[in-house]
Amino acid sequence: MTFHTIQIITAGFFILAGLFFFTTATLGLLRFPDFYCRLHATGKGDTLGTLLMIVGFMIYEGFHLLSLKFILIPLFLFMASPTVTHSIGRAGVTCDVEPWEKKEQSGTEETE
Amino acid sequence: MLFFTIVSFYLCVLIFINLYRAIYGPDILTRIAAINAIGTKTVMILILIGFIYGRVEMFIDIAIVYALLSFIATIVAAKYFLTRRSIE
Repeated sequence: MTFHTIQIITAGFFILAGLFFFTTATLGLLRFPDFYCRLHATGKGDTLGTLLMIVGFMIYEGFHLLSLKFILIPLFLFMASPTVTHSIGRAGVTCDVEPWEKKEQSGTEETE
Repeated sequence: MLFFTIVSFYLCVLIFINLYRAIYGPDILTRIAAINAIGTKTVMILILIGFIYGRVEMFIDIAIVYALLSFIATIVAAKYFLTRRSIE
């Protein structure tokens, strides 16, 4: 188990973890009942997925000048994604998009 | 190399699922959110392609520019609906 294989294994682990968060974000975008819940899912899921994958690429690439450029993308995304989610949420509120309320089960057991 | 191609194909499948939500989204704002999600996934695919072709420096710059552009596009769309005050 030379250092190179350990490096590749950890990089692969990080990339798979990033993929996991991308899938949860997409699943949230699909399955959540309401605009705000979907926004909630994609905003956070994508940012964390990007961070994990970029860390995986940095480990795979090794530490030299190039990985400094790698840090730029999640750094920017950590600032950009919340602002985007905030502005879209605010646009939703001003365009009075109603948040979702759980319907009262009128006696019958409504399977969710 | 094969690992990177599999990961990028998986991301493409995710993008198609997002595209479904972008097409059938009930209102315009979910479509904008879906397009924003597709944007960040495209940034990832760009870097993966950089790894596959072996020229990582070039593709990182493209990915950074694309991340900036998709961010600005979503902000402008949200600003438009902020001033327009109605979806229809």
